[in-house]
Amino acid sequence: MKSFGYNITEDRQIDFDANDRNVTVFINEIEPSILLCMGCGSCTATCTTGHFTDFNIRKIHTLIQRGELKHLKKEIMKCMLCGKCQLVCPRGVNLRNLILSIHTALEKSGL
Amino acid sequence: MKIEGKQNIWKEYQKEIAEDHFFYVRSCVRQNFFPGSEKTFLRILQYELKKDLFENPSHTTCSGIGYHTDIIPFETSMTMVARQFALMTEAGYENLVTSCITSFGLYSEVLETWHHFPELEEKTRQFLRKATGREFKKPANVSHASDIIFKFRKEIAEKSKYSLVNKDTGKPLRVVEHIGCHYSKMFPSKGIGGAEYPYVLVGMIEDWGGEVIDYPERRHCCGFGFRQYLVQANRGFSISCSKKKFDSMEPYKPDMILTNCPGCPMFLDRWQYAISEMEGKTYGENNQGIPVLTYEELAGLVLGYNPWDLGLQVHQVPAEPLLDKMGIPYDPEMKFRGADGQDLGKPEAPTTLKFYAKEV
Amino acid sequence: MSKTAIIIGGGTAGMETASQLARLGVEVDLIEKQPHLGGHLKNWDRLFPNRRNSDEVFDYLEKGMNDGISLHLNAEISNIRKSEEKFTIALQDGKELQSDALVIATGYEVFDARKKEEYGYGIYDNVITSVELEEFFRSNKQKNLLEGVASKRIGIIHCVGSRDEKAGNLYCSKLCCVTGVKQAIEIKELMPDAEIFCFYMDLRMFDRHFEEMYYEAQEKWGIQFIRGRLSEASENTDHTLLVKVEDTLTGLPLKMKVDLLILLVGFVPSPETRRLAAMLGLKEGDDRFLCPADEHTITNSTEIPGVFLAGTVKGPAGIANTITDARATAIQVADYLK
Ligand SMILES: Cc1cc2nc3c(=O)[nH]c(=O)nc-3n(C[C@H](O)[C@H](O)[C@H](O)COP(=O)(O)OP(=O)(O)OC[C@H]3O[C@@H](n4cnc5c(N)ncnc54)[C@H](O)[C@@H]3O)c2cc1C
Ligand code: SF4
Ligand code: SF4
Ligand code: SF4
Ligand code: SF4
Ligand code: SF4
Repeated sequence: MKSFGYNITEDRQIDFDANDRNVTVFINEIEPSILLCMGCGSCTATCTTGHFTDFNIRKIHTLIQRGELKHLKKEIMKCMLCGKCQLVCPRGVNLRNLILSIHTALEKSGL
Repeated sequence: MKIEGKQNIWKEYQKEIAEDHFFYVRSCVRQNFFPGSEKTFLRILQYELKKDLFENPSHTTCSGIGYHTDIIPFETSMTMVARQFALMTEAGYENLVTSCITSFGLYSEVLETWHHFPELEEKTRQFLRKATGREFKKPANVSHASDIIFKFRKEIAEKSKYSLVNKDTGKPLRVVEHIGCHYSKMFPSKGIGGAEYPYVLVGMIEDWGGEVIDYPERRHCCGFGFRQYLVQANRGFSISCSKKKFDSMEPYKPDMILTNCPGCPMFLDRWQYAISEMEGKTYGENNQGIPVLTYEELAGLVLGYNPWDLGLQVHQVPAEPLLDKMGIPYDPEMKFRGADGQDLGKPEAPTTLKFYAKEV
Repeated sequence: MSKTAIIIGGGTAGMETASQLARLGVEVDLIEKQPHLGGHLKNWDRLFPNRRNSDEVFDYLEKGMNDGISLHLNAEISNIRKSEEKFTIALQDGKELQSDALVIATGYEVFDARKKEEYGYGIYDNVITSVELEEFFRSNKQKNLLEGVASKRIGIIHCVGSRDEKAGNLYCSKLCCVTGVKQAIEIKELMPDAEIFCFYMDLRMFDRHFEEMYYEAQEKWGIQFIRGRLSEASENTDHTLLVKVEDTLTGLPLKMKVDLLILLVGFVPSPETRRLAAMLGLKEGDDRFLCPADEHTITNSTEIPGVFLAGTVKGPAGIANTITDARATAIQVADYLK
C-alpha cells in the first residue's frame, strides 16, 4: 500500500447500528437502575479518580449505552469502588454494582 | 420517498436566471482540473443554443480560494470582485455567469454584504477608483453556469443524441449528484431547489433520462475545503470526507456522480485513486471506480460530442464504463493523443483501480 | 337589558369562558369557525399527565354550553368594529353580532414540520408528527403504526419548530417534551418490543407529575434519552431513516437507523389570531403571541377596554392552565360589565 504523506482518518461518529450492544444488554439486566440516569454528572463531579485522571464515570456508562466499548477495560480499572458516586446520585443508580457488572461483562466477553 | 414533497420545496426555491447576453467569468482552478468543461460550456451556449456570450481576457481570479484559505482579506476580495463588475460594465453586459461555485458564492456574499452595509460598497468603489480608475454597475443577474445549463436542459434534451439510459437494459442510469457547498449552503435562496434538496443537477439528470439516487451522506461535504487540501498534512481530513460519501453511496450502485463545483469532481475523482492505493479499496463495478463528471461534460456527452474533446481523458476514474452503458462510441487509441494526433504518452496504470478499460 | 359578551374561538379556552360567563348571568355569543366545538382538544387521544381520555374533558366543557350561550358554528369573521362602548362583528354570511365585551380565544396552530426541510417531513415515507400519532391513536389504527417492520426502532424528535431561530421561533413550546414522553410510553404499551429513543436538548418537565412521567418512561419502559438535537435525517434504501445528532453527553457525533421518526411539533401563533389582533390594534410580543395588559398582574385584559384574552393566544399552555385562565378571564369580563 502506498503512502502519500497523510492517512485516512477513522470516523469518530458513533455508528449505533454497527456497534455490538450485547455487553450493554448484559449490564442493563444486572443493574437496571442505570436506565434511570439523567446525565446530571454528579457522579463524575464527586469522583476522586476523576479529579486526577481523565476518568469520567458518567461518560463511561453513557458510552456503554451506545455500545462504545473501545477504551472501557483500561478506563474502568481506574475506579477504586469507593462508592461516593452512588451516594450522590439523584436517581439512585447503583453505581458500585454497575461497575462490578462491567468487570463481569468484560471477563465474560473476553474484551 | 414522496416526490411531491421535494417538488413543493423546489417550487419555493426558484430563482431568476437570465435568458441571453452573458458576461462569462472563468474559474482559475477549473482550467487546470477539468479544462474541457469550460470550453464545452461555451460550445453549448454559442453553437447549440445560439446565445450571446462575452469574455474579457483581462479577467483575473475572483480571489475566492485565497479568501477561503484566509490569505486574502475580504476588502481585497471585494475590490477584485468590483473590478470584474467593471469589466462587465465596460463591455456593456449585466448578466454575470460564473464558472466556479466558489466565485458564485463570493459574488453572492459580496453583493449581500453591500446590500446590508452600503458604506462598504462605497469604500470598495473608492478602492477600485484609486487602484484602476474604473467604475462599475452591479450585475442585474448573477447565475452559476450550472444554472444556465439547468435553464436550457430541455433544449439540450431535444437536441440529444444519447441519454442517461443503459442501452442494454433500457433502464435509466443511476446518478448521484453533489452540489458545491458554496452554491446554496451560504444562501439557500440563491440555489435552484435550496440547500437541503438542491434541484439544479437533479433537473438535468431527470430530463436527460437518468434516475437520481439519494443516499444518507448526500449532504456531506466532498472534503476539499481549501485549507484541508492545500496543506498536505491536512489531506487525511479531505480524503476521509470523500470516503465517507463513497461508503454511503456504494450500496446504491451508482453508475456515475454528477457535480457542479470545481473542487468536488476533482476530489471525488482523485480520491478514489488515492483510496485504492492506500487501502486497496475500489468503488463501482469491476474495480473501475465510479465515474465523476461535471455537468458540462455530461451535457456534451448527451449532445454527442467526442468524449476526448470534452477532456474525459484527464479523469483518474475512467469514464469508459459510463460511455459503454450509454452506447457512446469512442476510439481508445485516440484517448491520449493531442488535437493534432500526436501521441502524448499513456499514464502509468494504478495498482488496484482499473484505469484501462481494455488491457493495453 | 343584560350585558353581553362575544367570545371568538370555541376551543378549551372559549368554551370554559363562555360557560363561566353564562353562569354569571352574561349573555354570550360564542363564535367558532369550525363545524364543531373543542379546538385542538378534539385531536388528542389521551391527555398528559394522567393519560385520561380527552373526551372526558370535552364532555365536561360541553356540559357548560347552557342557556345564555348562542353558538355560531362555521362562522368566519369578516370585520370587527368598536364604536362607543360596543363591539360589532360582521360574519361572512352577512350576520352582525353586537356586544359590550370581546374575548379572543382563538388558540394556536401547530408548527408546519415541512419547514424543517432537513427532517424530510412530507418527503420521506416514515416521518410523522406528534399530531398524526394522536390521530392514529384516536382512530384505533394503532396496529398499523409499524406493521410489518421487524426491528421497530422509533426516534422521537424534540423541539421541532421551537427554540429555533431558523424556524423563526425562539420560544419553547413547553408541552412537547411531556407529549413526547407520554407518546413514547403509549407506543411501548402497544409494541413492547419497540426500542424508543428521544432526542432532546433539555427535558422541560416543568409541571406537576411531568418529571415522574420521565422517571416512569425510563424505569418501567426503558425509553432512552439522547441529549442532542436532530441535525438532519436521510432516507435509506429500505425506507428506514438515518438520523444524525451529537450525543452531547459523550461529545461524539452519532448516527442511528430508525424505522419511524416522530416530530414533536410546537405551538405557533395562529394567523387567524394575528388577523383579528391587527383589526383591533392588539399588541403582539416578539414571539407573535398576544400580550395581556400586564404579564404578572393583569393577565386576562388588554390595553383596549372591553377586549380580553383567554388561553393559548397568549402562548403555549396545557389544558389545566387553559381552563384556569379561562375562568380568570370570565371574572375579569364580568367585573368590566358591572
Ligand atoms: C401535540 C399536542 C398535544 C397536546 N396534548 C395535550 C395533553 O395531553 N394535555 C394537555 O393538557 N394539553 C395538551 N396540549 C395542549 C392543548 O392542545 C391546549 O392547551 C389547548 O388546546 C388550548 O386551548 P385553546 O382554546 O387556547 O386553543 P385551541 O384548542 O387552539 O382552540 C382555539 C379555537 O378557536 C377557533 N378559532 C381560531 N380562529 C378563529 C376565528 N377567527 N374565528 C372563530 N374561531 C376561531 C379554532 O377553530 C379552535 O376551535 C397538546 C398540544 C399539542 C400541540
Ligand atoms: S466508586 Fe469509582 S466511579 Fe464511583 S466515585 Fe468511587 S472511584 Fe469514582
Ligand atoms: S449521578 Fe446518577 S443520574 Fe447523575 S450522571 Fe451519574 S449516574 Fe447519572
Ligand atoms: S469543493 Fe467540496 S468543499 Fe468545496 S465547495 Fe465544493 S463541496 Fe464544498
Ligand atoms: S417543551 Fe421540550 S420539546 Fe418542546 S420546545 Fe420546549 S424543550 Fe423543546
Ligand atoms: S451547539 Fe452548535 S448548533 Fe447548537 S446552538 Fe450551539 S453553536 Fe448552534
